[in-house]
Amino acid sequence: MDKVLGIVNGTEFTIGDTLLELSYLVAALLFVFGLKLLSHPKTARNGNLWAFGGMALAMLTTLLLHKNPEGEGISLANIWIIMAAIGVGAVIGWIIARRVKMTAMPQLVSFYNATGGAASALVALLEYPNAVAGDVGSILVTVLGLIIGAVAFSGSMIAYGKLDGKVGDLMKPFMTYLNLFLMVLTLGLGIYIVVSPNPPSEMIWAIYSLLVLSLIYGVMFVLPIGGADMPVVISLLNSFTGIAAAMAGFIYNNQAMILGGILVGAAGTILTVLMCKAMNRSLINVIIGSFGGGASAAGGEQGTIKEITLSDAAVLMSYSQRIVIIPGYGLAVAQAQHIAQELDQLLESKGVDVKYAIHPVAGRMPGHMNVLLAEADVPYEKLVEMDDINPDMPNVDVAIVVGANDVVNPAAYDDPGSPIYGMPIIDAHLAKNIIIMKRGMGKGYAGIENKLFFNEKTRMLFGDAKSSIQKLVAEIKTM
Amino acid sequence: MEHILQYFFEYKEAIFIIALSIFLGIEVISNVPAVLHTPLMSGANAISGVIIIGGIILVGHADLSRFSLDLVLGILALIFGTLNVVGGFAVTDRMLEMFKKKKK
Repeated sequence: MDKVLGIVNGTEFTIGDTLLELSYLVAALLFVFGLKLLSHPKTARNGNLWAFGGMALAMLTTLLLHKNPEGEGISLANIWIIMAAIGVGAVIGWIIARRVKMTAMPQLVSFYNATGGAASALVALLEYPNAVAGDVGSILVTVLGLIIGAVAFSGSMIAYGKLDGKVGDLMKPFMTYLNLFLMVLTLGLGIYIVVSPNPPSEMIWAIYSLLVLSLIYGVMFVLPIGGADMPVVISLLNSFTGIAAAMAGFIYNNQAMILGGILVGAAGTILTVLMCKAMNRSLINVIIGSFGGGASAAGGEQGTIKEITLSDAAVLMSYSQRIVIIPGYGLAVAQAQHIAQELDQLLESKGVDVKYAIHPVAGRMPGHMNVLLAEADVPYEKLVEMDDINPDMPNVDVAIVVGANDVVNPAAYDDPGSPIYGMPIIDAHLAKNIIIMKRGMGKGYAGIENKLFFNEKTRMLFGDAKSSIQKLVAEIKTM
Repeated sequence: MEHILQYFFEYKEAIFIIALSIFLGIEVISNVPAVLHTPLMSGANAISGVIIIGGIILVGHADLSRFSLDLVLGILALIFGTLNVVGGFAVTDRMLEMFKKKKK
C-alpha cells in the first residue's frame, strides 16, 4: 500500500493514494447511477441500494487509506473512535427509520436532512482554524459550508416541528424585514471573515458568531412559511445540505464529496421547482408570501350542509357503477387506509369499479399518499393520477372524499382571492354525487373555506374516517 | 480579484466537476413521476450525507492525546453524518418496499 508509484506536481503518491481516489470515482459513479435508478418506479429500490453501496465504499476506503498532508494514515485509536461514533449513529438512524409510522415519513426526512446540515456546519467550523490567513478561496468555501449547513440544520428542525405539529406558524408583517436584516448581517459577517487579513486563530469569536447567526436565520426563514408549503421547503433545504457537503468537499479537495453534494444540490433544486409546479406556486411566492393569512375568501354565502346516514351512503355506493375515492391526509392520520382497501374490495365484489384519485400533493408530500396506500395492499393500477382522472370525473357516480380538503376545493378555479387559486385540484365537484368524510367542520391544512361542502350534490358523513368506513363496510355486508 | 483567479486555477478540476454535476443532477431527475418525489427526495438526502467523509478525515487525524471541545464536536459531526446516511437510506428503502409487487 505504501509503495510509491510516481510523482505528480512534486508530491509522491502511493498505491494506497491511488486506490483511495479510485474508490471515490467508483462511489461518485454509484451516486449518479443510484439517483438515475431512483427516478423510475421499477428500479428505484435498487438505485437506493447502489447509492448506499457507493457511500459505504467511500467511508471504508477513507478510513483505511486516507492520509493527512504529512503523509500519516489514520491511527488505530482514531479508527476505534470513528467506528464507535458511526456505530452509534447507524443504530439510532436504523431504529428510527424502521420504527416510525409511515404517516410520519415527511418529518423524518426533514429530521435526517437536519442532521446532514449539522454535520456539514460542524466540519466547516472545525476546519476553519486550519485555514491559512489570506487564503480567500478556502476560507470562502468554509464560511459558505458553515452558513448553508447551519441554515439547513435549524430550518429543517423547524420544518420537522411544523410537520409534527409541535411548531405553529408565526407570521408577523415585520418578519420579512427582520429576515432581510438577519440575512444581510449573516452575509456581512461571512464576507468580513473571508476578507479579513487576521489569522483564523484570532477570528474564532467571529466564526462562532457566524454559526449562531446562521442558526437563527434558519429558524426565522422557515417559521413564517405555512405548513402546507413544508414539502417545498424541505426539498429546498435538502439541496442546501447537498451544497454544504460540496463546500466541505472543496476544503478536502475531495471529488466524491463535491460531486455527490452538487448532484443533490441540483437534483433538489429541480425537485423543488417540480413540486412548486404541482401546487402552481412560484418558489419566491412560497418563501416570501405566507399561507392562510386569515382574511381571504368567500365569507358570506355558505349555504347549508346536508348530512347523509350510514345506510343511505351504503345503498348509494352499492348501486353505483363507478366510484372514486379521494384520499387525503385525514385518511392517513386515522390509519384508515387498510379499511378503505377493504371497502374497495367489498364494492368490487358487487361489481362496482373503484379507483383512487391521487393528488400530486395528497398527504404531506408528493407521493406520500401512494406510499401509504401501497402499504395497505392497494394495487398500484388502482391509483390514478389527477390529470388522468379529471376528464373522467363527470362519469363518476360517487366521489368519496376521505380526509381531504384543499385538494378538492373548487376555490382553486373560481376564487382569485383564495390562497390556493390556480392550484390544480381533483374535480370532485363534477361527480354525480359527492360524499365527504370529515371529523368536523374544521378547515383544511391551508386553513381555507371549502365551497364543495355546501355543494347541492354533496353529502357529509361526519366522524373519524376509520370508524366511519368500518361501519360502512358492516352496513354494506348486511345488504 | 487576483485571489479569485488564482483560486480558480488551483481548483479548476473541482470547478469543472461542479459545473458538470449541476447539469447531471438536473438531467437525472427530470421527468420523475410525482409518485417518486418523496422517495427521491429522501434518497438524495441520504447521498448528501457524503459529508461523513469529511467527518472521518477530521476525527481520523484529530489529536487524541488531550481532551478538547473540537474532538467532541468532531465526533458529534460523525454521529450526525451517520444518522443522515444510514437513516436516509433505510427510510428510502422502507418507502420503496411498499411499491414492490405484492403476491396475490
